Amino acid sequence: MNRRRFLTLLGTAGVSTAMSAVGAKKAVAAGNQSFKGYKDSYGVLHDTTRCIGCRKCEQGCNEVNKLPAPKVKFDDLTVLEKSRRTDSNNWTVVNKYNVAGLDHPVFRKQQCNHCLEPACASACFVKAFTKNPDGSVTYDGSLCVGCRYCMIACPFNVPAFQYEEAFDPLIQKCTMCHPRIQEGKLPGCVEACPKEALTFGKREDLLRIARDRIRNNPGRYQDHVYGELEMGGTAWMYVSGAPFEAVGQQEMGTKSAPEYTAGALGAVPMVVGIWPVLLTGAYAISKRKEKVAAEEREEAVQAALAKARDDAAKAMDTALAKAAKEKDAAVTREVKKAIEQAEQAFEEKFAALRAEGQSAESGDDGEGKEDA
Amino acid sequence: MHDANTKNGLFTPGNIITGIILAVGAVITFIRFTQGIGAVSNLSDNNPWGIWIGFDLLCGVALAAGGYVTSASCYLFGMKRYHSAVRPAITTAFLGYFFVVVALHYDLGHPLRLPYPLVLSQGTTSLLFEVGLCVATYLTVLFVEWSPAALEWLGLRKIRNVVVKLTIMLTIFGVVLSTLHQSSLGALFLIAPGKLHPLWYSSFLPVFFFVSSMVAGLSMVIFEGTLAHAGLHHKMDETHLKEAEGVIFGFGKAASFVLAGYFFIKTMDIAMDNDWAYLGTGFGAWFLVEMFGFVALPSFLYALGVREKNVTLVRIASINAVLGIVMNRFNVSLVAFNWNLPAADRYFPHWMEIGVSVFIVTLIITVYRFIATRMPVLYEHPDYKDAH
Repeated sequence: MNRRRFLTLLGTAGVSTAMSAVGAKKAVAAGNQSFKGYKDSYGVLHDTTRCIGCRKCEQGCNEVNKLPAPKVKFDDLTVLEKSRRTDSNNWTVVNKYNVAGLDHPVFRKQQCNHCLEPACASACFVKAFTKNPDGSVTYDGSLCVGCRYCMIACPFNVPAFQYEEAFDPLIQKCTMCHPRIQEGKLPGCVEACPKEALTFGKREDLLRIARDRIRNNPGRYQDHVYGELEMGGTAWMYVSGAPFEAVGQQEMGTKSAPEYTAGALGAVPMVVGIWPVLLTGAYAISKRKEKVAAEEREEAVQAALAKARDDAAKAMDTALAKAAKEKDAAVTREVKKAIEQAEQAFEEKFAALRAEGQSAESGDDGEGKEDA
Repeated sequence: MHDANTKNGLFTPGNIITGIILAVGAVITFIRFTQGIGAVSNLSDNNPWGIWIGFDLLCGVALAAGGYVTSASCYLFGMKRYHSAVRPAITTAFLGYFFVVVALHYDLGHPLRLPYPLVLSQGTTSLLFEVGLCVATYLTVLFVEWSPAALEWLGLRKIRNVVVKLTIMLTIFGVVLSTLHQSSLGALFLIAPGKLHPLWYSSFLPVFFFVSSMVAGLSMVIFEGTLAHAGLHHKMDETHLKEAEGVIFGFGKAASFVLAGYFFIKTMDIAMDNDWAYLGTGFGAWFLVEMFGFVALPSFLYALGVREKNVTLVRIASINAVLGIVMNRFNVSLVAFNWNLPAADRYFPHWMEIGVSVFIVTLIITVYRFIATRMPVLYEHPDYKDAH
């Protein structure tokens, strides 16, 4: 092996290694893989068996996010009698559920669940939502057009809109206290909870904690961590003693929001690519049909014309022949007539002469003269 | 309908009603843009989309499908006998789309940011982005397709001749863009499987919306023809009047077939998702009303009308079919949407929301009358005979 050959081999190996590295990276995007969330992202575990419905989390949220003062004070628990949802001034609410078969009510907090693949972010046509590496889903109001498609898309009915705001209405929702997490602080609600019903931590750790609680307390929990797989997984997760349906948490399926729309979006380039070809084809076919029809019409006209010309020529010939014949006949007739006339005239003359001769014969020698 | 141009004065009953609607609309518009969406609507956090989306956008776009349907059959599929129907259809489609965009400004929190998705930050994972992009492009295409009418009126022969040369390309663009955004309007709801009733939710929603838009287009051409004959008969030339009956029967026949196919694929969808059990519920009854009263029935009426050569029957069928489209879009976006929510959280439009929709429809009719009484839409311009 000479030096040159060695270098060539080396180079080939290098290129192919580089190629395979690029190829592998691309194949991940197109392959049979799913996004399992940012590594080491945070979340919160809500244990509804520990929640006492004190609304301290609502108050904490209100304070750290500097939301408008509530109409009803946070220590007034009568608001729990009515079912509430998040709105533009309340990014989190606690609801009370009377579950059949339990002698006590169940309380559950709701707020943005911070999906691993958020429906709101997928639906937003100006990319106003961002899924951050810390797990939070945040919103940039300066881009928002106010179409409210995120509210249609959100399976948990979380985003709220400032309908009363005339000039700068925006979407409002829980940010998982993204700014506080960046400062190393806990989310406002978690910090305010007196019963440790809310646990903040890395999502993977929270899943382990949730499973431990279920395993270590037989009969206390449903054997399910709501949010582990729901809608492709969420940063906020729940463990509950009551069936999840009974505390207002619908069965969601495990598909993330973008999976529902990927097919329709994928069809777009197909339509753009193939429709013009098919339509141009349809146009070409109809155009060709017209052309063929026009040609056939033209041919038919030509044929008819030719036939007419032929017929005319034939008729002319016949007429000419007939005319010639007639002319001949007329000439013959005229000749005949002339001959007849001449004969007749001769006869008449002859008869006259004869008559003259006869009368002269009786006087002089008329008959002899004629014989001569 | 009264012609605004006739000499019997401005104060005809038609004009007075139009004037009142426009005045009320102007007041609501003022309130909307000075006090916010909440002041004029019943929209809420649970019901972010009301009739401004369900009617103005979804029905508006579907019912303006006559533009692509008619121009495609005439120019691409070689059905030249529908030529006189193309201009009125393109005119109504252009106005329809234009006013869809106008109406959208009422519904958007930041109407002035409407160009953002196109120019500032493209949310390409959103079906609404696709709708926005296609509607914006198609509105431009429709404007160019329609412009010869205005250019002939203005006597700008040179530009007009250039535009007319683009006809085939524009028509193909129109069909591509219409396929995309008509279907995407249905696909908007794909992301919310938990909110839309299973009888209406389907992964084939985009296909259903596209196929039914053809019905909407065909039926609207017949229906608008009926209205135009009632009000603008004197503006139609001999060709238009002569071809009108052929258009009615030809489009009626096509609509009958498309409706039959639509009925079939909708039924197949119920079978594929095994939604039969839902048919026994209240929503099921309502679904059956839509399917039999507003899909199967107009299909049958169209077929009968065409077979019997009965213009009136075909016209009735067209109204039946148009109502069916409106009903379907309302069902998907409003009636069967949020079907899980308790009755107290459901949406019913505020009268001012309805007022805005009526205002927009009135504007369309008024502008159509303005155009059709002045520009060569229902007749060929004498200087441009057989030039297009």
